Amino acid sequence: MPKDHGIGASSKRREDVRFLTGRGVYTDDMALHGQTYAVFVRSTVAHGRIKSIKTANAAGMPGVLAVFTGEDFKDVGGNPAGWLINSRDGTPMREPKRPVLAYSKVRHVGDAYAAVVAETYAQARDAAEQLAADSEIEELPAIIDMKAAVADPSNRVHDEIPDNLCFDWGWIEDNRAAVDAAMKAAPHVVTLELVNNRLVPNAMEPRASIGEYNPGTGDYKLTTTSQNPHLTRLLVAAFVLGIPENKLQVVAPDVGGGFGSKIYHYGEEALVLAAAKKLGRPVRWTAERSESFLTDAHGRDHVTKIELGCTKDGQILAIRTETLANVGAYLSNFSTATPTFLHGTLMAGPYKVPHVYVNVKTVFTNTAPVDAYRGAGRPEATYSLERVIDKMCRELNLDPFEVRRKNLLTPDQFPYTTPVGLVYDTGNYQATLDRVMAMADVAGFEKRAAESKKRGKLRGMGLSTWIEACGIAPSHLVGVLGSRVGLYDAATVRVNATGNISVMTGAHSHGQGHETVFAQIVAEKLGIPESSVEIVHGDTAKIPFGMGSYGSRSLAVCGTAMAKAVDKIIAKGKKIAAHMLEASEGDITFENGKFQVAGTDKAKTFGEIAFSAYVPHNYPLETLEPGLEETAFYDPANFTYPAGAYICEVEVDEGTGKVDVVAFHCADDFGNVMNPMIVEGQVHGGVGQGIGQALCEFTAYDETGQLLTGSYMDYPMPRAEDVPFYNVDYSCQTPCTHNPLGVKGCGEAGAIGSPPAVVNAVIDALHRGGHTHVTHIDMPVSPSRVWSAING
Amino acid sequence: MKLTDTREIKADPKVVWDAILNPEVLKACIPGCESMSGSVAEGYEAVVKQKVGPVSATFTGLVQLSDIVEGRSLRISGEGKGGVAGFAKGGANVAFEPIEGGTRLTYEAEANVGGKIAQLGSRIIDSFAKKLADEFFARFQAAVEEPEPEPEPEHVTEEAVADSGEKKKGWFKRLIG
Repeated sequence: MPKDHGIGASSKRREDVRFLTGRGVYTDDMALHGQTYAVFVRSTVAHGRIKSIKTANAAGMPGVLAVFTGEDFKDVGGNPAGWLINSRDGTPMREPKRPVLAYSKVRHVGDAYAAVVAETYAQARDAAEQLAADSEIEELPAIIDMKAAVADPSNRVHDEIPDNLCFDWGWIEDNRAAVDAAMKAAPHVVTLELVNNRLVPNAMEPRASIGEYNPGTGDYKLTTTSQNPHLTRLLVAAFVLGIPENKLQVVAPDVGGGFGSKIYHYGEEALVLAAAKKLGRPVRWTAERSESFLTDAHGRDHVTKIELGCTKDGQILAIRTETLANVGAYLSNFSTATPTFLHGTLMAGPYKVPHVYVNVKTVFTNTAPVDAYRGAGRPEATYSLERVIDKMCRELNLDPFEVRRKNLLTPDQFPYTTPVGLVYDTGNYQATLDRVMAMADVAGFEKRAAESKKRGKLRGMGLSTWIEACGIAPSHLVGVLGSRVGLYDAATVRVNATGNISVMTGAHSHGQGHETVFAQIVAEKLGIPESSVEIVHGDTAKIPFGMGSYGSRSLAVCGTAMAKAVDKIIAKGKKIAAHMLEASEGDITFENGKFQVAGTDKAKTFGEIAFSAYVPHNYPLETLEPGLEETAFYDPANFTYPAGAYICEVEVDEGTGKVDVVAFHCADDFGNVMNPMIVEGQVHGGVGQGIGQALCEFTAYDETGQLLTGSYMDYPMPRAEDVPFYNVDYSCQTPCTHNPLGVKGCGEAGAIGSPPAVVNAVIDALHRGGHTHVTHIDMPVSPSRVWSAING
Repeated sequence: MKLTDTREIKADPKVVWDAILNPEVLKACIPGCESMSGSVAEGYEAVVKQKVGPVSATFTGLVQLSDIVEGRSLRISGEGKGGVAGFAKGGANVAFEPIEGGTRLTYEAEANVGGKIAQLGSRIIDSFAKKLADEFFARFQAAVEEPEPEPEPEHVTEEAVADSGEKKKGWFKRLIG
């Protein structure tokens, strides 16, 4: 009988009550007395020199309260990159300043160079339009194509960066010669050039921010769509505006999806704060969908050449990659980590590969900044690796299942140090492979293919395995890798006098279900009802500290901090119980919500202990403090390494090139599972996004840098009819060895593992249909691309 | 994008050449042109109203004639700002050569758009640009040819008919003839 309460139960998502009944409170829902509206003036050219901005007309328009241009923020700080990456030659990356508003040059379509604040939205919009008309911007040739950007030193996104290169990174540079030698000696080498298509994040809720300033106290407040309010506070306060951290409160209320795009600090947040101070009134801004398309940090956008050296029977000997990674016009906060340490370190996958070398050149272009998007670097690594292995199997006529099995690490090899700098703590990759093969009924495929053929369809089956390093943390590791921040987390557990609990967590839930799962964990540990536990997040004034939610870290890092704070509560409770029961602290046990003197029937309930903590009439105050509230900071020893194996089956219509995903099977190892329903939901969402990347989504800039896919008319999101009923399994569990919950994280898995499974399935279908000349099709594998590939 | 096309106009090369340099002709031929003032040497200030996909906008901008080789070829280019709708710019290299019974006009046109028009209407930009170019030269042909007998211009839209269209067919010829 499955549990209906606590850890492992599929408790219903308590947050859904408000989300599904329209009672969520998002930034744009908040109406404030005296509020004013900001509208940004954005570049319509990809690259241009600002010649003049005449503000007088706009400033004199009805309702206009203030007009800002880049000049107003010239002397404040820039929005920094969070990771320092050094080039192969040891020189540090180039870091152009990212200003609040562009000045002197605009660098992508949508780059904000001015803003208007007015009494109403319509007035602000009218004045912004006037300001656009009164701005003279000389259009410069746009730098869009990465190869051209690097090749032509005369045309520069940033005048001070001659070759548009941010850095040229080698991982691990010292191994390069050995990898080259192994590649040269390999009996067979497979080469594949591929594009990991640029994606627009498309969170359901567009970005929005409200700035407030209290002239009486000097306090600022920023309400914003953030995945990590403390990080935003640090960036906007310390780096950009120079506000003392203790004078800035950042609130991230209900947030409707992020997928990475709301990790970062954006200039709009600084603008509304500065404007609020200037006007002494709240200043609000909500992005239009068009602004989201143009300015939310995009994802992926790699062009990669991968080579794989192997024996004729498919033993992988060496892997070498060369990647051009687009960072867009400016460095977004994690943009330098995403194509490097979240990508290169995973290039060995779950396989035992002796030699791996990764080269990444990151390139500035006149496009929107590119940064982490669900999976962040790891989908790019997984896609390259699983596609090239698939190609190897075809070239050498080998069974893709057996080749994977032959190369997978085996359970006895953990902990395993990869040739790209990670230590996998535990896993059983054969188990997930076996599981997914059973789920997918691999043996029955031929029968299904024959049935498809009767209906005029080519059926194909694609396999991929995946692994990621997530639970993004250990400070010591990320510090070695160049991170300028620590990555740990914090939680405060506050037991109220009547025994119910508020947990202040550094994680931020923007759809994941933390409010449900975290309560399950606390309830289980304390033996109390889940309904007695409230999870508080998203407010720097309420929570102790937190690095937020991304990189599948919420449960593994923030959840562990919370669990450790609960342990401290139990320890304190034992002290109180010892006093109340007149026993020695060492004799007190805690089980099922009861503090008991071991071997006796003397006991106090958790509620009695809580009440006593706040009514300490006879406490020995020298040795026992009143109150029951504990805080823990947790910095883990390692990343966590969830992994899995996916099988996708597609049907391809030869006549039209249309691909239908007809089955998708996932066998994942997430370690211990806290709430199976939520895990399944996360996998569904991730696989859906992966199928979207594989089949539909494409971000097109024309050669002048205009975003051609700037709305849902041209940017196809996956719809219900594009995805199958998923078959999800998480029964293969090798608990993480270094966090007490034994959890690994499941948020990004689906988006990492699914794209290569889909593309491998499409290639398989085409080969089965006799189109053996098709060795690769770049994503999105759209009908026109498939048709063109078939018809050569 | 680039477009090329050829038209055979039943009018003398001299008539055709004079017509292309005539601001009244240009104004009548630019689809959606609401006003135009200026000169060949300094360029023309024009106001043009257009709808691209879901975006309608009034563009204000400059139309210029350049690279003028008397009687043989020139370049017509324009650039307009449509406020929040974005901008449009384009040009055409036009060549004229005498043929029996008239003039062969060859053009190579290119068009670019930016801002909201590009983001919302990209799927239809190419066909839109082709339509505009076709329309411009169809109107031009109609303006300079003898009033009859000749076939209807191919791609005249409702607006074009309302604005100038067939009623003005051959009017330039009548004006100067």
